[in-house]
Amino acid sequence: MTSISEDSDKEKVRSVSVDLNNDASLVIDIPDALCERDKVKFTIHIKTTLSSFQKSEFSVPRQHEDFIWLHDTIVETEEYAGLIIPPAPPKPDFEGPREKMHKLGEGESSMTKEEYAKMKQELEAEYLAVFKKTVQVHEVFLQRLSSHPMFRKDRNFQIFLEYDQDLTVRRKNAKEMFGGFFKNMVKSADEVLISGVKEVDEFFEQEKIFLLDYSSKIKDATAKAEKMTRSHKNVADDYNHISGAMNSIAADNNTAFKNVCVFFLIVCVLQKLEDRVASDQELKLTELLRYYTRDIQAAKDLLYRRARALADYENSNKTLDKARLKGKDIAQAEENQKQCLRKFDKLSESGKKELTSFKARRVVAFRKNLIEMTELEIKHAKVRRLKCCVYHDMFTQQCSGSHGKPGNMREF
Amino acid sequence: MRSTGSYAHQRCVACAQNISNQKLVQGILDSIPSPEAACLSAEDISPSSNGPRDDDPDDLFAEATEEVSLDSPERQPILSDGPSPAITPVTPVMISPRVDVFDRSPDQDEDEEENRDTFDIQISVSDPEKVGDGMNAYMVYKVTTKTSLSIFSRDEVCVKRRFSDFLGLYSKLASKYMHMGYIVPPAPEKSIVGMTKVKVGKEDLSSVEFVEKRRSALERYLLRTVKHPALLKDPDVLQFLESSELPRAVSTQALSGAGILRMVNKAADAVNKMTIKMNESDAWFEEKQQQFENLDVQLRKLHASVESLVCHRKELSVNTASFAKSAAMLGNSEDHTALSRALSQLAEVEEKIDQLHQDQSYADFYLISELLGDYVRLITAVKGVFDQRMKAWAKWQDAQVMLQRKREAEAKLQYANKPDKLQQATDEIREWEGKVQQGERDFEQISKNIRREVGRFEKDRVKDFRVVIIKYLESLVHTQQQLIKYWEAFLPEAKAIA
Repeated sequence: MTSISEDSDKEKVRSVSVDLNNDASLVIDIPDALCERDKVKFTIHIKTTLSSFQKSEFSVPRQHEDFIWLHDTIVETEEYAGLIIPPAPPKPDFEGPREKMHKLGEGESSMTKEEYAKMKQELEAEYLAVFKKTVQVHEVFLQRLSSHPMFRKDRNFQIFLEYDQDLTVRRKNAKEMFGGFFKNMVKSADEVLISGVKEVDEFFEQEKIFLLDYSSKIKDATAKAEKMTRSHKNVADDYNHISGAMNSIAADNNTAFKNVCVFFLIVCVLQKLEDRVASDQELKLTELLRYYTRDIQAAKDLLYRRARALADYENSNKTLDKARLKGKDIAQAEENQKQCLRKFDKLSESGKKELTSFKARRVVAFRKNLIEMTELEIKHAKVRRLKCCVYHDMFTQQCSGSHGKPGNMREF
Repeated sequence: MRSTGSYAHQRCVACAQNISNQKLVQGILDSIPSPEAACLSAEDISPSSNGPRDDDPDDLFAEATEEVSLDSPERQPILSDGPSPAITPVTPVMISPRVDVFDRSPDQDEDEEENRDTFDIQISVSDPEKVGDGMNAYMVYKVTTKTSLSIFSRDEVCVKRRFSDFLGLYSKLASKYMHMGYIVPPAPEKSIVGMTKVKVGKEDLSSVEFVEKRRSALERYLLRTVKHPALLKDPDVLQFLESSELPRAVSTQALSGAGILRMVNKAADAVNKMTIKMNESDAWFEEKQQQFENLDVQLRKLHASVESLVCHRKELSVNTASFAKSAAMLGNSEDHTALSRALSQLAEVEEKIDQLHQDQSYADFYLISELLGDYVRLITAVKGVFDQRMKAWAKWQDAQVMLQRKREAEAKLQYANKPDKLQQATDEIREWEGKVQQGERDFEQISKNIRREVGRFEKDRVKDFRVVIIKYLESLVHTQQQLIKYWEAFLPEAKAIA
């Protein structure tokens, strides 16, 4: 069982979405989480001034599946068809650390005690990193809802936050009611429909072109960033092995070579530091890209729903024309057509607002992330440079100052 | 190139500016110790002093060594990734202008002069050329020797040699000197896979790398060989370096008669080693032998880890370049102008960083890997020399046993009263007495030689690794400088996103 508290990390953690907790009327965060085998239990902490809630400050435990239920009910709510629905947090994935733990257990006999301890430390750090990531992503999901004027009033959202018992029973009922078939409808062939629609509105035409292209590019960038991060991990593992090997060599040898080994170790450590920092930053960038891949998908879903509404409207026109020709059910057809048009207009209006604020949000998040990443890189590089200088001087002085024939080191 | 002046010394600049192996080896070369073995019977090294074991009392690093001692708990901070308290004892004095190395005592100056006069030789292996076609093709390398030594007929000689010539040279030197206890530097290994690719004519990156690795290894091999004072004067070495035509060394082929004979001998040696139980009276030899056994295992392990690192680094480089391209595409797709520009710039930074790593840090670990490979082979040669001593001891013991038998035979004959056979027996006894004396002398000589050789080997080992590590530290500093430059140039772009 692992638990974390994030007091000091609150600022760092919220990197993918900014300014979501500015409105004091409803403040949500996840200060703690417990990991029990496969299940993660999040502790949601709510502070609110809204009268719709019974208490002004309270906490409630929730599982990942509860978040998914909440997301699904929101998706299936007709009223929100014109809004970008915050993407569901992905399932906590401890596969990486678990695999590593397995490998560690198997390779224990072939490693030195120090190597083993180091790898174990690394493993714990990795576990913690995955843990933090999943907490962050669940937290951001709730904060997107709480900061949106429409979602924050959602009945199910309130239930999620307030219901003081296990949501499992409610979840089961919901599943039986909807069967999740609407979700399937949304997921399939959305791109075909979106691109097939004849767009009259210039704004939506541009958005469509942009989103379709950007979506594939960001998916690709995310995948490449993940590969790069994995390579960094491999390299870090290698440095562990090398350090272990150097340790055993240095232990056995005479002083002169021992000193050399110590510096070799230092070199390894410095190099590993550089890699660790680089991979941390890339992780940040990767997380950002991953999040926006999902968000772009949510925006595309909105376009899809609008496209469907447009298709429905066009169908209703055809039906009306047919009815007029036949002279039957004209009133009904007219009413239907009016409704479709209303729906389409509503979707277009709110869709425009949502997509515009989406772009602003995306730009701000990228900016913040890129600046933070760059500043950290610079800071760490400066520290490493100083360390390298110190070690270099120590080493060259040691080389020239000892061992009988300093003249041998005249090149250095 | 560097902003802090504390370590901007001429020698460092010379060392770091040129990353090629040639300069590296020349660095080693120019710091050769005085040739203590100008004559073969060199100074007698007593068991208590084995080369650089005695620390200079003024060892500046002595204190710091305690801080970074491998058994102390203070080591942990260094190996973790936070600020390392163990380093803080370093006072600013160390960072300020380094002690001027020219402030030396007169004796040291003398050694300096001796160095320069008696060991001035530069060897380079270059210009690999493919000769012939198909499976009979081979690479020819140009070997250039520049020297002022008198044993050479000219100041500068250029010859063309192929790989089997190098192997032939090693083979001759090993047969001449190994049994005397000299550590003969081994030639690079054959590689059937590598060579086949080259023969077949594949001009791809891996065969270019292979040829370059081999060229560099051959150069290091020659330099190590001439660094050995006895080998430098050997006529075979001189012939190799100077004569334009060299008899083809056919016996180096793997499947030749000589090759098979070599394999058989190796097997026989291995069996012998198992059966010889030497009474080691000398603690030094016992200790050293154990040390080299351990070092053999440890170096192989280290070498394997470093090779794995070099491989993963290449992978990382590929993935970074791939990400950079993807980020550039994303930048193109982004419709917000400032963000688009920033993403493109990010892509460029990542590409530059990748190139930086390829040129500097990665290249140096590659050098470390090659050096480790050399040492794995050298340790095998060292172990071989210890085995030779065991053989010499066995020969001496066998001679003693034989002498004893002859004496017993003579005693028997005296009882049997056969005067003619008695004379023969007495002669044989004298013969074997001589052999015993020779055996003892040989054993003592080889023991002496080995002590000296091991001392030299250990000094060289320290030097070789120091060179590589210093170079690495310097290039690390340079890398950090460049990284800072790139990211500082990118920062305003990121801030300009509005």
